[in-house]
Amino acid sequence: MAILDSKIPKGPLAEKWTKYRSTVKLVNPANKRHLEIIVVGSGLAGASAAASLAELGYKVKVFCFQDSPRRAHSIAAQGGINAAKNYQNDGDSTYRLFYDTIKGGDFRAREANVYRLAEVSASIIDQCVAQGVPFARDYGGTLDNRSFGGVQVSRTFYARGQTGQQLLLGAYSALSRQIGKKQVKMYNRHEMLEVVMIDGKARGIIARDLVTGKLERHFGHAVVLATGGYGNVFFLSTNAMGCNVTANWKAYKKGAAFGNPCFTQIHPTCIPVSGDYQSKLTLMSESLRNDGRIWVPAKVGDKRKPVDIPDNERDYYLERRYPAFGNLVPRDVASRAAKQVCDEGKGVGPSGLAVYLDFRDSIKRLGKDVITARYGNLFEMYEKITGEDPYQTPMRIYPAVHYTMGGLWVDYNLMTTVQGLYALGECNFSDHGANRLGASALMQGLADGYYVIPYTIGDYLSGEILTKPIPTDHQAFAEAENNVKERIDKLLSIKGNQSVDDLHKRLGKVMWDYCGMARNEEGLLKAKKMVKEIREEFWKDVKVPGGAFEFNTELEKACRVADFLELGELMIDDALNRKESCGGHFREESATDKGEAKRDDANFAYVSAWEFQGDNQPAKLNKEPLIFEEIHLAERNYE
Amino acid sequence: MSDTINLTLKIWRQKDASSPGKFETFKLDGVSTHMSFLEMMDVLNEKLIKENKEPIAFDHDCREGICGMCSMYINGRAHGPLKGTTTCQLHMRHFHDGQTITIEPWRAKGFPVIKDLVVDRNAFEIIMQAGGFVSVNTGSPADANAILIPNPIAEEAMDGAACIGCGACVATCKNASAMLFVSAKVSQLALLPQGQVERAERVMNMVKAMDEAGFGNCTNTGACEAECPKEVSVSHIARLNREYLMANLKNR
Repeated sequence: MAILDSKIPKGPLAEKWTKYRSTVKLVNPANKRHLEIIVVGSGLAGASAAASLAELGYKVKVFCFQDSPRRAHSIAAQGGINAAKNYQNDGDSTYRLFYDTIKGGDFRAREANVYRLAEVSASIIDQCVAQGVPFARDYGGTLDNRSFGGVQVSRTFYARGQTGQQLLLGAYSALSRQIGKKQVKMYNRHEMLEVVMIDGKARGIIARDLVTGKLERHFGHAVVLATGGYGNVFFLSTNAMGCNVTANWKAYKKGAAFGNPCFTQIHPTCIPVSGDYQSKLTLMSESLRNDGRIWVPAKVGDKRKPVDIPDNERDYYLERRYPAFGNLVPRDVASRAAKQVCDEGKGVGPSGLAVYLDFRDSIKRLGKDVITARYGNLFEMYEKITGEDPYQTPMRIYPAVHYTMGGLWVDYNLMTTVQGLYALGECNFSDHGANRLGASALMQGLADGYYVIPYTIGDYLSGEILTKPIPTDHQAFAEAENNVKERIDKLLSIKGNQSVDDLHKRLGKVMWDYCGMARNEEGLLKAKKMVKEIREEFWKDVKVPGGAFEFNTELEKACRVADFLELGELMIDDALNRKESCGGHFREESATDKGEAKRDDANFAYVSAWEFQGDNQPAKLNKEPLIFEEIHLAERNYE
Repeated sequence: MSDTINLTLKIWRQKDASSPGKFETFKLDGVSTHMSFLEMMDVLNEKLIKENKEPIAFDHDCREGICGMCSMYINGRAHGPLKGTTTCQLHMRHFHDGQTITIEPWRAKGFPVIKDLVVDRNAFEIIMQAGGFVSVNTGSPADANAILIPNPIAEEAMDGAACIGCGACVATCKNASAMLFVSAKVSQLALLPQGQVERAERVMNMVKAMDEAGFGNCTNTGACEAECPKEVSVSHIARLNREYLMANLKNR
């Protein structure tokens, strides 16, 4: 692989993007018509990118595995989207959003990318409003804001508890408009299973039509992946059931470096696990922490009903430990604190793996109506799932896997280490460092899609205007298709005894136990061995019913889990290598006296970019040093 | 109440769009009442796989009641017995020991069956592509606060925008009408200042696409509102009708 070149423009931080945009190479409209772009994934990043690129005149093909682009998991984001609008006059600015994001990410993200993100954030809100996204409004008709974890300003825009839905529907409507104009060809119920490489460049994909099972070849002058995160490697997560790493993993195996795979976000406020049959975990929006207070009984083993425990026998541990931020500390800090109190035996609920999130005081202060207006749908959702009424008794919550900061390594252009292959949104590693702040995922997905890729892809495609579309009977397409076919045939031929879910659950448990909220060398080494064993077992004993040429959901799952089984090991390798604690990555060997994460800037201020070396070969670690020109590295302190 | 129940499941099986379908009956014992309905289906499928039988195909994804992917007609009701609830948010505590549960796909001309409980809802896509948008390219629009929208208008628009596009309204309507789905989007954009420019054109185009897709007419039974998991109100249909009428008058 070439040396990691982040291609960060020269010049002062605040001027980089403006200068880049003004000097980047352009493709003239007549040439855009002849250039074809493949976009895989239709969430915020994919839909916004596809719509914007089509508006510019490129020919776009979009692929998603659901029956409609509107189903992508961005839709489930509840709380909001950040933007440095400073509508509240509370001291917000581009710089502050940039700083908060870098600090929230525990100084493990690239300054230039994050600054650009903060810079374009305000335009995103303007664009979404122009599309008709019904954000919450104040009585004077202006936009309303709320506050989120890890910050002290109110910069989060929201649409009830359905912000992700409304933003996605905005991007989806823009995409639908382009589909209607035939500028985009949409492939629903299609899953990308291979990247096609010709002369060192990404030139297309192999996709499986999930209804007929037929494998299809698609050419593109460039391929844009916007395929989300890989939290489902843990089996239980807040991700949708279909979220997977497959597209990213195929890219990795074709030479795209994987950045910081061990950086996983464990979200502090999720509904606790209730049984073995559990298929996913449900998030309760972080916005609840604006008005809910988190506590556990002060005494170990206190089994009284929460309402019977007087205030002086409760431990509001976040308010106690972090008086400045209180219940609004960043997610990684809140999650670890919950784990610690539960490990001490103060956890509540049948499993002892839960803490209370209590609205008693805010209902008293603001009235039930205000709480209903703010969180009504979340309270309803909680009651549906648990059968308990959070107006009467505190919610029980516990951390769960939610987001993956790691992803494909990209340069400033969002291009991976493979020429012509881009990664946008959660599937890249770029903006959140070792921990993402609340309401920043939506911001990043839309920033990448609406405001970054439309510029940066021109830098590459301006060099491709003479490349004629490559016919898909090219040998590279045939080989790629054959690889996919062989893999599917192999999966179907094993006819073993364990279902895909059986094996996936086992993988998930190993990852959660040893590569979850707290990690140590001994556990990671053990987990590495276990993951390898499960992977070998998978290829000997998995049972995939049905055939290749039919609607076969078990086969879909098998293809995805096969990749998770390889990814798991890479995550463990990365966690082993990073002998510091930072953000969501907590190495027990590297903690302060107070039990907080202890970074090691001298040795680990770099991005780990792992390079595939062949099946069953150890991946090669490349390092991109993180150079902080603008801000001073500091210990994260939320006290 | 006991924590587990035993069930008899009558489930629609259909190989593909062109094959005839039929009900198959399954016994499932020891179902935890804390499970979601789809987790119960997972458990059944795992059992079928172990018995070398083909698992039941059904659509699902987010399992948080928001993506709109899950469907299922449960005991004669779209998304099952609870009001304002998607199938994925329905839990087994609402069923009793010994109960027989009948599970069918959405049944509508506009939604052909793909396999078992999975249907093709592409007609909704075509309707959206016909006009479910504001024609604004990505670029440098006006500052968001340059458009002031009174809170009640924003809230009412949001009521329509909350539609998840699951198709329960169509499945539950005796005419298989898609009016609630179409009206939710038309209404949202008709209420907001951003939607004014294309207001007439939008409603004409979306209604045309709806009619061409083979959906039936609305005869005001209100079943769609009753079964809508997001409780989108039929008042949006009333607005759609007004919008359609006004657009026709304008075009004359």
